[in-house]
Amino acid sequence: MMMQLNKIAGAAFVAALVGLFASTADAQVRLDITRGRVEPMPIAITIFPGASPEVQQLGRDISQVITTDLERSGLFRPLDPKAFLQDLTSLDVQPRFADWRTLAAQALVQGAVEPLPGGQARVAFRLWDVFGGQQMEGQAYTTQPENWRRVAHLIADRIYTAITGETGYFDTRVVYIAESGPPLERVKRLAIMDQDGANSRYLTNGANLVLTPRFSPTAQEITYMSYFRNVPRVYLFNIDSGRQEVLGDFPGMTFAPRFMPDGNKVLLSMASNGNSEVYEMDLRTRKTARLTDHPAIDTSPSASPDGSKITFASDRGGSQQIYVMNADGSDPKRISFAKDKGRYATPVWSPRGDLIAFTRYANTDGNFYIGVMNPDGSGERLLAQGFLVESPTWAPNGRVLMYFAQARNGGRTRLYSIDLSGYNQREIITPQDASDPAWSPLIP
Amino acid sequence: MKLRTVTAVAAIALLAACSTKKTEVAATAPAAAPPPPPPAAKPSGPAPDSLEYFNTVVGNTVQFDFDRYDLDAEDQARLRAQAQWLNQYANRTLTVEGHCDERGTREYNLALGDRRANAVRQYLVSQGVNANRVKLISYGKERPLCVSSDEGCWARNRRGVSAAQ
Repeated sequence: MMMQLNKIAGAAFVAALVGLFASTADAQVRLDITRGRVEPMPIAITIFPGASPEVQQLGRDISQVITTDLERSGLFRPLDPKAFLQDLTSLDVQPRFADWRTLAAQALVQGAVEPLPGGQARVAFRLWDVFGGQQMEGQAYTTQPENWRRVAHLIADRIYTAITGETGYFDTRVVYIAESGPPLERVKRLAIMDQDGANSRYLTNGANLVLTPRFSPTAQEITYMSYFRNVPRVYLFNIDSGRQEVLGDFPGMTFAPRFMPDGNKVLLSMASNGNSEVYEMDLRTRKTARLTDHPAIDTSPSASPDGSKITFASDRGGSQQIYVMNADGSDPKRISFAKDKGRYATPVWSPRGDLIAFTRYANTDGNFYIGVMNPDGSGERLLAQGFLVESPTWAPNGRVLMYFAQARNGGRTRLYSIDLSGYNQREIITPQDASDPAWSPLIP
Repeated sequence: MKLRTVTAVAAIALLAACSTKKTEVAATAPAAAPPPPPPAAKPSGPAPDSLEYFNTVVGNTVQFDFDRYDLDAEDQARLRAQAQWLNQYANRTLTVEGHCDERGTREYNLALGDRRANAVRQYLVSQGVNANRVKLISYGKERPLCVSSDEGCWARNRRGVSAAQ
């Protein structure tokens, strides 16, 4: 177990990133994903060739994961390799751009895999602007073959960035709660997986109820809530060592944890005598400070990326709404106002700082929504709707949200992602029911 | 008015529990001319100091309205009965569980469950129960009694449960 954990933590990724193809031409192929719905760009992704059957299989697998990543982003339309007119048998073969233009491919991904002494493999790719006939991007990676998925995600991120100008998010993970058992005897385990649902594995054994995991900014630690010994408290989990520790010595239930962007503090709520307040705990000094002071419920804190502000949910105005205060707790201001007396919950600040995602429950139609608004409360947009949708979490580039949806009558819980545009809703296939997703930052 | 009625009903229920027991003892008396038969030692209901008595006769659960934590007259009557029982059996302690229906987010429901459990404790304390004997735990929406997505089931799940030890 620990061995595997070490591996997924990335320590074993014998990464030698070689910028062999440094000359990057001015990109003419561009997708502007900042405005509304985007027509997916046709892209040809060749099956990366190799000399031996094993290496060929590796090449096929890598091409497939790149294809799936880019397709699922909703921004690309990978073309069927059966239609390709040219077989790019090695990286040195120059593409016949006229052939690729006839397929209407705007971008072309060429690659190759070759085995290296010592069991490693070298995976290289070039991204071409088909109409300009110019290389946009190119990289080579030396890796252990078992890390091929990560290499594929890294390449997909490179392609995404070259074409959209935005940071990618494919080489990321998701912590979530894996749910099993009948509805009245749910077993909940902490689980971690790649953002595409691959490599899912448990981090806890299901003996204790666990909820709401969140990554640290380095993606090396998780803060979550556990009912260990029937005492609900916030814990820290180190992914590398597997070490778990209770966070602080709070007299009451602690819950709703979330790291501050610098990773040195954790925000959380503590309930004491029926009153929940927002606290921060400094992980170095172990000192705690109360940030809110109100007899209402104050919970679900989330800091702005520069650490200067904190958004949280409170029912101090009579029903649960979203507030923003300074990081020291001063000057709390309500930012959510719904005409239909809807309730707002789980505010989460975008890693870009420009938006706050939330869960909204509208009394009028009984539905739950996932939406976003500006940090001053303006510009509210609802992106997803369901009988019960909850717990939005941001991709590290702030362009995609993940959340979970629960079906009626104790039915399945599943994870979905949706673009900020409100389009491109995708289910993330998990081995079991899943809830409380939290997206990692980019893996260092 | 309503409050009084409920109190009276609760009192009758308690009396009824007692009288049932008395009747039983009386009924066995005539037949007990020879040595008392073993069944006679067995009362018909749970012993008044038992957890079963607390859970079934006193009643261990109060209900809440949506997103509320106030106690209505019926709840208060039940909690007075709980307090009476706790005051009578001083070695007993309670963990009050606060529960919510599914119509709320997980974190808010944890806070709301705590608020409900605390409302129960406060009322018990107001009836003379030492606060040290009453612990709180919130389960939010994590421990439902039923999973139908309808008002009947949601109402059942919005509850405070006094788990006696």
